[in-house]
Amino acid sequence: MDIAINASNLSKHFGDIIAVDRINFSVRKGECFGLLGPNGAGKSSTIRMITCSSPLTSGQLIVHGLNVNDEQRSIKSHIGIVPQNDNLDPDLPVKQNLEVYARYYGLDKQLIRKRVEEQLEIFELSDRANSPIHSLSGGMRRRLLIARALLHNPSILILDEPTVGLDPQARHIVWQQLRQLTKNDVTQVLTTHYMDEAEQLCDRIIVINHGKILAEAKPQELIQQYVGNNVLEIQNFSNDIELLKRSLDFTINYEIFGDKTNIYASDDDLSAISAKIKISNKSNLRKANLEDVFLRLTGRRLLE
Amino acid sequence: MNLITLKPNISISSLYVWQRHRDVFFKIWKTESLGIGLEPWIVILAMGFGLGQFVTLDSGEKYVQFLAPGLMAMFPMFAAIFECGWGAFMRISMHGTYEAILNTPASIEDITTGDILWGTTRATLNATYILIVLLILNHWTDAVNSPYAIGIVFVAILQGFLFSSIAIAFAALARAMSHFGYLFNIIVMPMFWLSGGFFPINELPEWAQNIAWFLPLIHSVELNRALLNGNLTLSMIGDFFWLAIVAIIFYTIALVLMRRRLIV
Repeated sequence: MDIAINASNLSKHFGDIIAVDRINFSVRKGECFGLLGPNGAGKSSTIRMITCSSPLTSGQLIVHGLNVNDEQRSIKSHIGIVPQNDNLDPDLPVKQNLEVYARYYGLDKQLIRKRVEEQLEIFELSDRANSPIHSLSGGMRRRLLIARALLHNPSILILDEPTVGLDPQARHIVWQQLRQLTKNDVTQVLTTHYMDEAEQLCDRIIVINHGKILAEAKPQELIQQYVGNNVLEIQNFSNDIELLKRSLDFTINYEIFGDKTNIYASDDDLSAISAKIKISNKSNLRKANLEDVFLRLTGRRLLE
Repeated sequence: MNLITLKPNISISSLYVWQRHRDVFFKIWKTESLGIGLEPWIVILAMGFGLGQFVTLDSGEKYVQFLAPGLMAMFPMFAAIFECGWGAFMRISMHGTYEAILNTPASIEDITTGDILWGTTRATLNATYILIVLLILNHWTDAVNSPYAIGIVFVAILQGFLFSSIAIAFAALARAMSHFGYLFNIIVMPMFWLSGGFFPINELPEWAQNIAWFLPLIHSVELNRALLNGNLTLSMIGDFFWLAIVAIIFYTIALVLMRRRLIV
């Protein structure tokens, strides 16, 4: 079995609202799989179905070889969940948060003690073992949430926006620890709004919008496929773009965002384009990234 | 989604949930216990000895003797209601504690049952403590007159389960802390005053007595009264079964409402 999660024709409706619309995807064992999409796109609904906290409307969902409709206890014992909202137990200090949580998995006392010590060590929280939860920084809480999700050695780790609200240092520490998990063959499913995070961590990505999958590939492939290598950002160019288009013997991809025009181009096309226009100092040439892909696919407008 | 599934999806996990509450209690018992510890002493002093001097009962017993069985029903009721009402509401709506536990193999039924068992535990501890206080003061109160009094612990378990179930069901419905005013003012306080703990129910007009019979707290007071005095009667069977029936009904309602609350 080298498939960790398999969804076929998976749907979730809330009354008339279709949150997830007959999507198909599979997550391979050991990979880090990214779920990207704007707010309300259906990411969280998908995650909640995988974690057995939300029943499917239709379709089939297999997690760790088990059907989510009827093997929830068993599935939940094989997955670890890092939730979007901090739901550490505020009534218990750091170490006891982990001990009490490990007990829900039915681990025996000695193993619990060992696993808790290990996790505190790995996530650099040992010196805060007896601190109350409210005294921890945002980064520490996140690390504790991840440590908690790993107590029972899950084969699949689900991370719903794992670094939201963290400062750059704390994000890098979390990333480092997640990459370590990939080395240890823990399958990861990740949702995030940070495109650099997805690029850093994910082996494969799906982009969702309005409950449907728009694209699925490796981050670099997505960039190549939808944007090309380069992005030329030019200020106040919207009046000249038609002229440029007519002067070229190939079609160009571009988008106009207010007073800024983005031209997406491969290396070859770029030199042809550069020859045609005066590059003023109000322009900027940069490498294309996943954020360009995201905005091209899901549009600029707010969905909410 | 089947909300009214009666197939009990309950496992050992409900014990783990109970253990979580116990562990939290061991953290905070000093602050919690101060108030709970003082309460029966003050009530017995104020109501039993203070107010009691102005009360003459037809039965000829001391007012504090009359009051004792009620105390061992009313205060445990409060313990269960607080634990599974406000406590559970915070764990559902504010702290995300249930959401976190649901991500483990525990089911909604496990969480609900674990909470109710913990509320039952608190109620039982509370009743047992008041029984001990009464035993200590027995020289002055003459409240405990039979070894059957130990049976009060079992009454406390039964009614603890019942009131915890009511409170959990309410916590699953409540959308704001202020909604607990309904639980308190419409259910808990009328029962508190009209349960026959403060005055004999037969002082009420007959129609009110008939309505009051359905209030579960009355039956715990009656059971406690019989056990303290050692006057075991056949009507105790009716008291017991009514408490058990209401407990089962509200436990089922609690499970259904919690499923409705937590499954989206």
